[in-house]
Amino acid sequence: MRRNSSPAIVAANITKRFREIIAVNEISFQVNEGELFGFLGPNGAGKTTTINMLTGLAKPDKGRIIISGIDCTHNPKAAQHLTGIVPDESNLYPELTGLENLSFCAALYGIPKREREQRAQELLKAFGLDDAANRKFAVYSKGMKRKLTFAAGIIHQPPILFLDEPTTGIDVASARQVRQIIADLHDKGTTIFLTTHYIEEAERLCERIAFIVKGKIVRTERTTDLLQPVRGKHMITLTISNPAEGLINGMATAFLQYKLQTAASNQINIESMEPVDIGPLVRYLEDRNIKVTEARKHVPSLEDVFVQVTGVQAELMSKEKEKAGGGGNQ
Amino acid sequence: MKSWTAFWNIFIKDMRTYYLKPPNISWGIIFPLAWTGMFFIKSGSGLEGLLELLPGVMTIAILFGTTSLLAVTITFERRSRSFERLLLAPISLESLMLAKTSGAILFGIINAFVPVAIAAFLADLSGVAWSLVVPAIILVSVVSTFLGLFISVSVSEVFEAQTFSNFFRFPMIFLCGLFFPILSLPVFLRPLSYVLPVTYGVDILHGAVNGEHIMSFTLDFLMLCAFCVVLFVLSLLIIKRKWIA
Repeated sequence: MRRNSSPAIVAANITKRFREIIAVNEISFQVNEGELFGFLGPNGAGKTTTINMLTGLAKPDKGRIIISGIDCTHNPKAAQHLTGIVPDESNLYPELTGLENLSFCAALYGIPKREREQRAQELLKAFGLDDAANRKFAVYSKGMKRKLTFAAGIIHQPPILFLDEPTTGIDVASARQVRQIIADLHDKGTTIFLTTHYIEEAERLCERIAFIVKGKIVRTERTTDLLQPVRGKHMITLTISNPAEGLINGMATAFLQYKLQTAASNQINIESMEPVDIGPLVRYLEDRNIKVTEARKHVPSLEDVFVQVTGVQAELMSKEKEKAGGGGNQ
Repeated sequence: MKSWTAFWNIFIKDMRTYYLKPPNISWGIIFPLAWTGMFFIKSGSGLEGLLELLPGVMTIAILFGTTSLLAVTITFERRSRSFERLLLAPISLESLMLAKTSGAILFGIINAFVPVAIAAFLADLSGVAWSLVVPAIILVSVVSTFLGLFISVSVSEVFEAQTFSNFFRFPMIFLCGLFFPILSLPVFLRPLSYVLPVTYGVDILHGAVNGEHIMSFTLDFLMLCAFCVVLFVLSLLIIKRKWIA
């Protein structure tokens, strides 16, 4: 296992414009060797554009990119032998079988025939695709395609790996398997740059996280440090039947020890550093002919930090999850 | 060595995936046959007129064979994003594009020899200067492939590549001296003939097969080489500007 603080990836003030749209706006960060770095943001935040610049598929309009000490700003090819990428869409060759696809991807990195076939067989087994090794990629299911695309990204055993939404659109079991493989690669010392809009995934896997919104990094911190402000907090969500105007203000005055917020039109969030006593809260509401239909305890997570820091509603991220239709957060 | 492994595997993958498919093999045989038959019947000059048609049929077989397939091997792969895999591989863009086009070049050369093989049974080819025919076929195949490459990287969709290819290919049949001598074209059209690369290849082939050529072979070869370089360099520039922007 390799861990040290020398940077594997350095992005310094990189900017990318597409005509009038600034997709990435002067962002800077560095990822240390062996680190698992998360890049978290909603769709269209600039995650894929950043990965494209770091891997050589796009040139930054401004700024510098250094991969393992090699300045790639003007020569994106210079460090491509050190990097692997799992793109956000499966992009292997439909006419080739799973085995042929992996073997071909290894050949692109100059790996000799015997070695690449052996590695391909090992990866097919590791991803549970050995039974489908000789089937064409075109007939693979969506989850199988994602897994084979992941395998193709690591077949040349790159020291630096870029993962662009690796669990989007796949079933729960496959997502779990992919997450385990990411954790194993990290344990072996691979530097991993992971973009995702699954907040729970980032919380579970990443050592450090950058939040990106509308092309700007709004915060970069260790995951444990990000979670510090919400750690130990007690949160309850009450669902009520007929919310009245000014209810929250009234409750806030009556229960000064709690921080109250409207979560949705019929939901109230209650936050406290002490355990929340819901009895008086329920009575207060019932006295005003408001029925409490549900009281749910909420364990504070990175999602709360994300909402707090970025202002992007968790609802929006959830909608994206639904759209992706996957099991990334399971 | 690593670049060579990548180059060879891209070439083999394209040959297996695209070029050696039954529709392409049958196209490579039927297409030149159909053109030979059509012009043979139209000329009405009997078997002795076959040699006059041979340079044009060889060229047309190369031109259509190479340009048609590049729309798939380049534009389609670009659309399906599998081309990104190649762009992310640690091989130079020049080597990558040569690997992607070498299959088409070989396919074009093989296509050109289909009418030659047919003609060998029907006409006397003993007077043909093969030392000129072989390099001319190779260069026409390279220049046609690079023209196809230029078209493929200039567009986004496969149908655009095919439409754009026809925009070049069909006028070339009439303007480059394949079946009608350039000197018989109206004066205002002749300058167009000299800016089309195939003209120079066809001139060599006419000279090698029938002894009739209007420019020196040296000029013909030099122009073909120059067109190859210009089209390849332009294609690389477009890729850098559009695909790695």
